[in-house]
Amino acid sequence: MTANGWLQIAVFFLVILALTKPLGIFMEKLFEGRGTRLDPLLRPIERGIYRFCGIREDREQRWTEYAISLLVFSAVTLLVTYLIQRLQGWLPLNPQGLGTAHAAQGAAAMTPDLAFNTAVSFTTNTNWQSYVPETTMSYLTQMLALATHNFFSAAAGIAVAIALVRGFARHSAEAIGNFWVDLVRATVYVLLPLSVAGALLLVSQGVIQNFHGYTAATTLEGGAQTIAQGPVASQEAVKMLGTNGGGFFNANSAHPFENPTPLSNLLETLFIFLIPAGLTYTFGRMVKDTRQGWALFAAMSVLFFAGVLVTYASEQAGNPMLAGLGVQSQASASQPGGNMEGKEARFGIPASALFAVVTTDASCGAVNSMHDSFTPLGGLVPLINIELGEVIFGGVGAGLYGMLMFAILAVFIAGLMVGRTPEYLGKKIEQKEVKMVMLAVLTLAASILLFSGAGAIIQFAKNSWVNPPGPAVANLNNGGPHGLSEILYAYSSGTGNNGSAFAGLNANTPWFNTTIAVAMWVGRFLMIIPLLAVAGSLARKKVVPASAGTLPTHGSLFVGLLVAVVVIVGALTFFPALALGPLVEHLLMQQHKLFSMVMFGWWS
Amino acid sequence: MWKQWITAIRATVVLSLLTGLLYPALVTGLARVLFPRQAGGSLITVNGKVAGSELIGQKFTRQEYFRGRPSAAGDGYDAANSGGSNLGPTSRKLIERVQADAAAFRRENPDFHGPIPADLLTASASGLDPHISPASAEAQAARVARARRAPEEQVRRLIAARTEGRQLGFLGEPRVNVLLLNMDLDRAWPANRPR
Repeated sequence: MTANGWLQIAVFFLVILALTKPLGIFMEKLFEGRGTRLDPLLRPIERGIYRFCGIREDREQRWTEYAISLLVFSAVTLLVTYLIQRLQGWLPLNPQGLGTAHAAQGAAAMTPDLAFNTAVSFTTNTNWQSYVPETTMSYLTQMLALATHNFFSAAAGIAVAIALVRGFARHSAEAIGNFWVDLVRATVYVLLPLSVAGALLLVSQGVIQNFHGYTAATTLEGGAQTIAQGPVASQEAVKMLGTNGGGFFNANSAHPFENPTPLSNLLETLFIFLIPAGLTYTFGRMVKDTRQGWALFAAMSVLFFAGVLVTYASEQAGNPMLAGLGVQSQASASQPGGNMEGKEARFGIPASALFAVVTTDASCGAVNSMHDSFTPLGGLVPLINIELGEVIFGGVGAGLYGMLMFAILAVFIAGLMVGRTPEYLGKKIEQKEVKMVMLAVLTLAASILLFSGAGAIIQFAKNSWVNPPGPAVANLNNGGPHGLSEILYAYSSGTGNNGSAFAGLNANTPWFNTTIAVAMWVGRFLMIIPLLAVAGSLARKKVVPASAGTLPTHGSLFVGLLVAVVVIVGALTFFPALALGPLVEHLLMQQHKLFSMVMFGWWS
Repeated sequence: MWKQWITAIRATVVLSLLTGLLYPALVTGLARVLFPRQAGGSLITVNGKVAGSELIGQKFTRQEYFRGRPSAAGDGYDAANSGGSNLGPTSRKLIERVQADAAAFRRENPDFHGPIPADLLTASASGLDPHISPASAEAQAARVARARRAPEEQVRRLIAARTEGRQLGFLGEPRVNVLLLNMDLDRAWPANRPR
């Protein structure tokens, strides 16, 4: 590890720290309806949308109605996205003719299971991509079917987080806000202005933004090169700001047209954490005690730095087997050293390790390097980050409501230890809240582990149409323990709504498309609905005044407890699976063990 | 309940127009005015023909050119099919590929001794990486100079001129753009340009 590497990491963190308060205040004013500085410009647009949709701004909803609005909106947008994908061959803004008879060679088919998987993926803020965008998706599909969800699913996540915080902030109340109002405000005031500014900053660095057909170039050696084009910057900005992560190109933020310079890379990394960090301050303001928000921020920061340390150290240490072949593994002033397989020269090791940790701390899932090629411990951190529930700053909204879920669990466990009814922010945490929280925790774990288990052992018959015949593990790109990591990562990423991948797995088959889609749906809505129920239940309660027996939840004791609960719940659930995957691979790598893809001969 | 569906459909229509059409159109318009070259892909034209993009690596196989990094995009530097190798650290395929590439590199660059820079033997994430590290360029300087029948000293000077430092002094890694460096070679020694 180098001093310059740590400087990049420190600058990243300090910028996030500096922006947390101003953005947090802005969002608090916005969602409490107290007016913002952008009102003169955006208030007319907001009102126009309410009028068109028939939304009554002053009418609030109980938690059940709030949840139904969210589900109905998700269902409608899901259907629209599915249809646009299937019909893209007949729609405009498709210069490559994708989905038509005259598509270029190498263009991929938009099958029903792929369109379904992708629609679920973008609706749930996952952005898992079973397809290669540049050979599959027209410009119109990318803009109107996919990038719209980058706004909607992010805005919905913010809405749910705000609703949960209202549950803590209010007392003896029935309503937790109006979903439609929260959705529109998050889109119009937060995501859109940041995206316009962010997109232009990215274009200044070289991110493309055009509607040209793919460019035919004649290379210096006289070869032909087809260069994919498209409206990339507009999608790139919201892809990061909304912690979506769905790349315009297959290589995602590693593609030079998505992320051309080290500065664009820093901006994209910052965009991921910007809103989630700001929301911790919004939370503090809404519950009238900003120390509560900083406590969550502190717990998140501890876990963030632990992850960066492990991944950066492992990636810089590199692969001992390559060093044995005469490859330079030490960094120097003129070359990066370390594990550069699947990394870009302009980013090097530290900026790639930082990005991998940030994108999985949050539920972003954009990648600027290929996680599948990370060292075992370097790749373990992204996997664990996802499995811990992406609560380290987390997805926009999703990170805050996820961490609040763990906070409820933490005070509950503390309450058990001293034999007192637990309280958090003046609200008694009772049976119902703990049941709902545990429902969410257990559902997510079950989805990850059961699907991964099935994927590791299932076999397909000779005439199977859901997957090529033979074992599902034949879809892998790597053998041995790394193969298990590929499957485990796929279902963790799906359930956690992350969307990054150990991308060697060929997941574009009906079996994987459908099961991962189910995992994404479960991971999104079986977390949101229980938490909205918690919000409704909390809002109804009276405030208990703090007494000598109340556990303060703004100090370092609580921060430590919260970190411990997150780690222990994750470790208890996933350690056995991780031991069979990345941990054993690390030991085997040290002994120079190699694995081929096992070929089972009987079906081929 | 029925009312919720109507609201949802209307919200989908109006918000899709706003974020799915107006927003990208606005960004495209502004980008075209403010940063036309970048928005179009930073293309390089030679004699009126597009020779590639400054940001997108190309496949180089000849002795007279500097090589870029191994590429897993299509059959190598396919700019309509980006991606990495996705080979894990204990993959036999990965280790055998590196072993073969290392042997080939030492065969072609007999003047180079010592460990080979890691970026030169590892596939990039995008398969389109336009850069190599300065050390990777230096490692090839003697070979290129011999193939070009040019003084090695001058080739090294071209490398130094093309070396970009860390952005803002601390971001990313020092690097050399392979396509631009090779165009410099062709400009400096046009007679020895491979045909």
